[in-house]
Amino acid sequence: MSLPVVLESLGGRDVIWEPWFDAILTLVAVTLIMTLLVFFLIWWERKLVGRLQMRLGPMRTGPYGSLQSIADAIKLVAKEDVRPATADRWVFEFAPYFAFVPIFMAFLALPITDDGFVRNIPLGLFYIVAITGLNIVGFVMAGFGSDNKYALLGGVRAGAQLISYEIPLILSLVAVAMVDQTLNLGAMIEAQDEVPYLVLMPMAFVVFLIAGMAELHRQPFDMPVGESEVVGGALVEYSGIRWGIFFLGEYCSVLVISALGAIIFMGGWIWPYSGSDLPRGLELIYQVALFSAKTFFLICAIFWLRATLPRLRIDQLMAYCWKVLLPFTFAQILVNGFVVVYDLPDVFFMLFSGALLAGLAYVTYMSVRRPGSLRSRRLVYARSS
Amino acid sequence: MAVQSPPPATTDLEFETLDLTVNVGPQHPATHGVFRMVLTVDGEVVVDCEPYIGYMHRGAEKLCENNDYRQIIGYHDRTEYLGSFNAEHCYVLAVEKLAEIEAPERAEYIRVICAEFQRLASHFMFMGAFGTDIGIFGTAFTYSFREREHIRDLLEEISGDNMMWNYFRVGGLAWDVPDDFEQHVKWLVGQVRQGINDIDGLLSVNEIFLTRTEGISPMTQERAVEWGMSGPMLRATGLQHDIRRAQPYSLYDRFEFEIPVGQNGDAFDRYLVRLLEMEQSCRIIEQAVEQMPKDGPIIADKLPRTLRPAPGEIYMPVESPRGEYGVYIVSKGQGTPWRHRIRSASFSNVMPLREMVKGTFVADAIVILGSTDIVLCEVDR
Repeated sequence: MSLPVVLESLGGRDVIWEPWFDAILTLVAVTLIMTLLVFFLIWWERKLVGRLQMRLGPMRTGPYGSLQSIADAIKLVAKEDVRPATADRWVFEFAPYFAFVPIFMAFLALPITDDGFVRNIPLGLFYIVAITGLNIVGFVMAGFGSDNKYALLGGVRAGAQLISYEIPLILSLVAVAMVDQTLNLGAMIEAQDEVPYLVLMPMAFVVFLIAGMAELHRQPFDMPVGESEVVGGALVEYSGIRWGIFFLGEYCSVLVISALGAIIFMGGWIWPYSGSDLPRGLELIYQVALFSAKTFFLICAIFWLRATLPRLRIDQLMAYCWKVLLPFTFAQILVNGFVVVYDLPDVFFMLFSGALLAGLAYVTYMSVRRPGSLRSRRLVYARSS
Repeated sequence: MAVQSPPPATTDLEFETLDLTVNVGPQHPATHGVFRMVLTVDGEVVVDCEPYIGYMHRGAEKLCENNDYRQIIGYHDRTEYLGSFNAEHCYVLAVEKLAEIEAPERAEYIRVICAEFQRLASHFMFMGAFGTDIGIFGTAFTYSFREREHIRDLLEEISGDNMMWNYFRVGGLAWDVPDDFEQHVKWLVGQVRQGINDIDGLLSVNEIFLTRTEGISPMTQERAVEWGMSGPMLRATGLQHDIRRAQPYSLYDRFEFEIPVGQNGDAFDRYLVRLLEMEQSCRIIEQAVEQMPKDGPIIADKLPRTLRPAPGEIYMPVESPRGEYGVYIVSKGQGTPWRHRIRSASFSNVMPLREMVKGTFVADAIVILGSTDIVLCEVDR
């Protein structure tokens, strides 16, 4: 939805603009909104994680530290742009953009309201998945270009991890798309006006969330940037604005993954079983609020897990992806195909997917349990002491 | 997700892969000070590990040999900076034995309480740092530091300093404790128990924590003894050896406490032994507060102006949070020790690092180093 349409829908008169002018305006608007959202998210994560850790978080800059992100941004911009003498110049300098621009472009296809696209792309899901997959290149470039061993380790880890987890992530989305018979995000939301896919396919949602968090390389999947192992990984040599761009990309990815989860599994702007009889302007606000609330919920969940879970090891991570997540996602697709082909009622999705989720939970649980589980061992300790 | 044995370091591929040498430290967030290990890695697998120490060498032992017996106490604070009171305790006990001075009972009780609180503070520090090594984003740190700060508040109130206490004296204590000492200690023990519970709930039942620590660098009892390991590292292998029980010093034969031991000597056992040990420290403190004389002198009277112990030698070991901390002093009847040597637990505990790290993953190497709970000041002295 372009700006003129917004103005029209809010009751304004017809606005006729040149397409190029419209394009530039949209670009500026999206960039501004994204940057502000990222500022807010950084502040919110620091406050939320701070509370979870019995701290206050930032308090000094502005009321409740709300201007902290802006102060940080100013600091980052003002810093010297350092490049190691032995770094591969162009690879090093372009890496941040390769990490950030794909995420930025993914925003263009996200539906905020029922006509709230920047561009309504018929293959929206395909577009987002394809374009966000590109940001792996940025991390591998940063890893190789920095001429630093930690960066190399981190870059290789990032490459391996992002490529592996891309597969269950996409397959869990495919599981939904094959039921909808469409890749248009708007149409996928419209299909959830009664029951969201979160209820119909809990297993696909869980896989999406796990794989999505691995894509974001956040705890417990933060080996590519693990502070205590590879000291920031691919980002170790970056400082100033280039590091800032990586950071911007990271939080934008959080936004995109959470928004995608809200759209595909939680019904985006739709509340189940609620026909709308609101005036158009109010309805738009209602839809934006509902969509934001769902996205925000997922974002908070991701931040919360970050403050709670330790980091997995790289081989455990890979094994979990290929040996556990992938087979179960395939099973979900098979089950969906079965239900779709034989045209069974929707409740079968829920039954099959719920059973698969139980299986996934059981396999995950058993794979970390080995002979002499903790509970029995604690008893032994208590007795021996 | 189960922990698997790592793949063999060399493969039968026709082309050769290049091993990478990664410098972990001396400036690295996970080395707990200035420790350096050069890891030779084949992909993610550690083929070889070369530890380097000595960045913190200050010649503390030699410095001590040029100082008056009473001036040395501060050097022990700095040598074992996470277990300062334990180190001070060791030194003053050694000198008292050498010079045949007896500290009053009340002073000895206060020393024991201080030393046990110090052990708790050190173990809280370990819990936080270990959680961070494994990758919890600071949560273990803040939760363990809440109680650590409470403990340090008490110790600061007693000694007047917030880290380098310098409170014990040869023959007693520098000054008496504050009036509300007993209430403060009792309140603090409750707080500490709460903190132990929180850490227990955050870490020991976390599935990811378990997969990362269980079965990592298992150590057999024989190897541990051969390497001269001590403290929680040794007890994790199942050997019930605690200096407080094996060679009781100070008043430790008056208290009831248990010595928790592990089974496999892996990283998780080292963590759990420390966690269970903290509860025992709480018990000792409670008993000590109950038994402590309410009044009395805190320093032996008729102490000479300059301490000149009769010629002789003494070795005094104590159980510091990291293991056996010992002081060996040779006196030739002068005002300064003729020879002053420190036996540090961290030094012996970190020696088998190469053996423990070889063949594991890079991430495991960090966890193993973290599980030894080293204090580099103590290693290098």
